[in-house]
Amino acid sequence: MSSIIFRTSAHIVTVLMLVFSVYLLLRGHNNPGGGFIAGLIAVIAFALLMLAETPDYVRERLIYPPPAFAGSGVLIALFAGLLPLFFGQPFLSGLWLGKIGSPLLFDVGVYLAVIGSVLMILLNVEEELS
Amino acid sequence: MEFLWCLVVGLMTACGVFLMLERHIVRFLFGMILVSNAINLAIFVAGRLTRGNPPLIASDALLPAAGYANPLPQALILTAIVIGFGLLLFTLLLAYRAIKEFGTADMDKMQHAETEQ
Amino acid sequence: MTHWLLVMPVFIPLLTATACAFSFRARALSSVISWSGALANLCIALLLIQQVISQGLQVTAFGDWQAPFGIVFVADLLSASMVLITAIIGVAIVLYSTTDLRSKPFYGIYHSLIHALLAGVMGSFLTGDIFNLYVFFEVMLITSFGLMVLNANKQQVDAAVKYVVLNLISTMVFLLAIGLLYGATGTLNMADLHAKVPLLPDTTMMLISGLFLFGFAIKASAFPVFSWLPASYHHLPSAIVALYAALLTKVGVYALIRVFTIVFDLVDSGYQPLLIVIAGLTMLTGVLGAASQFHIKRILSFHIISQIGYMLMGLAIYTPLAITGAIFYIIHHIIVKANLFLIGGFLQRRQGSDNLRELGGAYRSMPWLALLFLIPAFSLAGFPPLSGFWGKFLVIKASLQTDAYLLAATALFVGLMTIYSMTKIWAEAFWKPLPDNAAAPIPLTRMENCLYIVPIAALAVLTILIGLLVEPIYQLAEVSATNLLNPQPYINAVLGSDSTAYSTLTIPSAPAGGTQP
Repeated sequence: MSSIIFRTSAHIVTVLMLVFSVYLLLRGHNNPGGGFIAGLIAVIAFALLMLAETPDYVRERLIYPPPAFAGSGVLIALFAGLLPLFFGQPFLSGLWLGKIGSPLLFDVGVYLAVIGSVLMILLNVEEELS
Repeated sequence: MEFLWCLVVGLMTACGVFLMLERHIVRFLFGMILVSNAINLAIFVAGRLTRGNPPLIASDALLPAAGYANPLPQALILTAIVIGFGLLLFTLLLAYRAIKEFGTADMDKMQHAETEQ
Repeated sequence: MTHWLLVMPVFIPLLTATACAFSFRARALSSVISWSGALANLCIALLLIQQVISQGLQVTAFGDWQAPFGIVFVADLLSASMVLITAIIGVAIVLYSTTDLRSKPFYGIYHSLIHALLAGVMGSFLTGDIFNLYVFFEVMLITSFGLMVLNANKQQVDAAVKYVVLNLISTMVFLLAIGLLYGATGTLNMADLHAKVPLLPDTTMMLISGLFLFGFAIKASAFPVFSWLPASYHHLPSAIVALYAALLTKVGVYALIRVFTIVFDLVDSGYQPLLIVIAGLTMLTGVLGAASQFHIKRILSFHIISQIGYMLMGLAIYTPLAITGAIFYIIHHIIVKANLFLIGGFLQRRQGSDNLRELGGAYRSMPWLALLFLIPAFSLAGFPPLSGFWGKFLVIKASLQTDAYLLAATALFVGLMTIYSMTKIWAEAFWKPLPDNAAAPIPLTRMENCLYIVPIAALAVLTILIGLLVEPIYQLAEVSATNLLNPQPYINAVLGSDSTAYSTLTIPSAPAGGTQP
């Protein structure tokens, strides 16, 4: 993995993939996409970076540890599900303010939860096995 | 078409079960992967193989237009794949740990929980 | 209000689990969060059962997608009482583990996992959708895997391999059964399935219900497929094994009861004779296995299997009285079994071992603990007037009514053998003097003793209460059983009273009634 072409291009591709993942996240409600797939693409971006550099490099750039992402993602998703209950509607019902609604919030939660949990597994496995 | 896929599912399950009967823990895992994929495929076939439009409902309608594909099997399979992925990862790491700890991948030799302390 | 009450039993444990995960380094903080989460859950469970008793079945559809298309949570009397018992056990275990596992490095993560496990259990009890049941089973399974390897010593890894391998097989079979059931009927909602399953050809129904039976039998540790349980439970920390013993297998039994009353009719599916044989052999092998063991946790693990036999026996006989007995037995068993494991764990903590040969003299040093042991032990063996007597009485009476004399005799014999095992623990651990080669007891502080005794005593008091106030709990179980065998109120509540309108509306590409070429 020490090829210089791979290492240089990995940094660029990672950024592109992260942008693409946010795009997929936002278009998810009406078109193919959504929090889960977007999260997986973001994880692949980080995995690429991890292969080009080291797991520690990725950890440093994430600032917060992956479990924190997973935890806050779960909290956001739970909160998005809880919100309609305050308005007398069942759990997970959609609440809308124009085009933006609680499903988007839920998707963001899923996005973060997927990134956090899969990245946590991936980084730990890479460190354990190498 | 469905009949062909049924054969594929059956073949994959047969291979998977054969591998799962092995004592070697890694072969067991391979078998497990095969069987769980076969089961996902079985759910897919059970939802009927149809060509259809995306099951999106127009904003002024209550039902999607006729000729849409059944979206439920895909949702079920996606859930099953995610869960299966998580379980597989855990099992893989457990197997790695077990092989490192016991120095063998033979499940018959893993008797440490049974011995008297 | 209904929407709140039905979601909260799953929501609160998940929230607590996340909060514990965030605070896993601060032991005191995670204990406080864990306690408050468990207590809040108990309050919600009490409110829920009060609501169900006063207003009947409660239903909520997630995201307002109505059944049979959306996922519904349904609380009938059975679900609500199971949720209540789970919440009680949750509080007891959390309290117990604050002293039992306090010194362990995995303390914070343990609390997180245990609440996630509770969320899975609660969800399995409440859901009215069979695929959702699978998802909650998986939540339960993956957290139980995590709890299994927390200590990560040689024995636990070995135990985990067996546990994981056999439970994965059960999971895959369960998923396959769901897939085939969906393919044959075009629906996953249990209430809707009740109307559509009888339309299936006999062979299809037999195949699918057989897969369900096999998958759940592994979870419930029934006769030929129980081997994962005694292979894996005894090396776990006491608090965790008490939780597993109380809940995990019982969720399997609950799923069996639910699926083989509401979805399939046990008699129509053709598995009734088989289940009767399985029930008898489960009782017998469990109790005989226990008789040959000499460690408290191993004895108790084998006894889980034999007790599962009684519950299966109730289901297998399939009369209202028998199912009442099975439900009563589950309620009684969850409390008693957890309590026995907690007492065993306390002895193990004091003496550093749960091997009966190295134990002794506990009666002299702790006469109150001896008394507290006798209550669940006698209850497990079925002494009147404790709770176990009524459970056994109901299932055996039901078996006599249906002329299943051999099964009744087996059940009575197994009760006798249970007394043998319990007396063995009593005589070896409590009565005989401490052997010379045994280690000196580890002194515990007053606070530690207190935290150990409070959950044990509370569960013992509950056991006595169930035994003495048997009438209301019997009625609860009886109403649950009637609702299971005549599920029309359940179906009306889930699908709306015009349920026929739904059952004719099918997804175009998945025709109902197995018209597949």
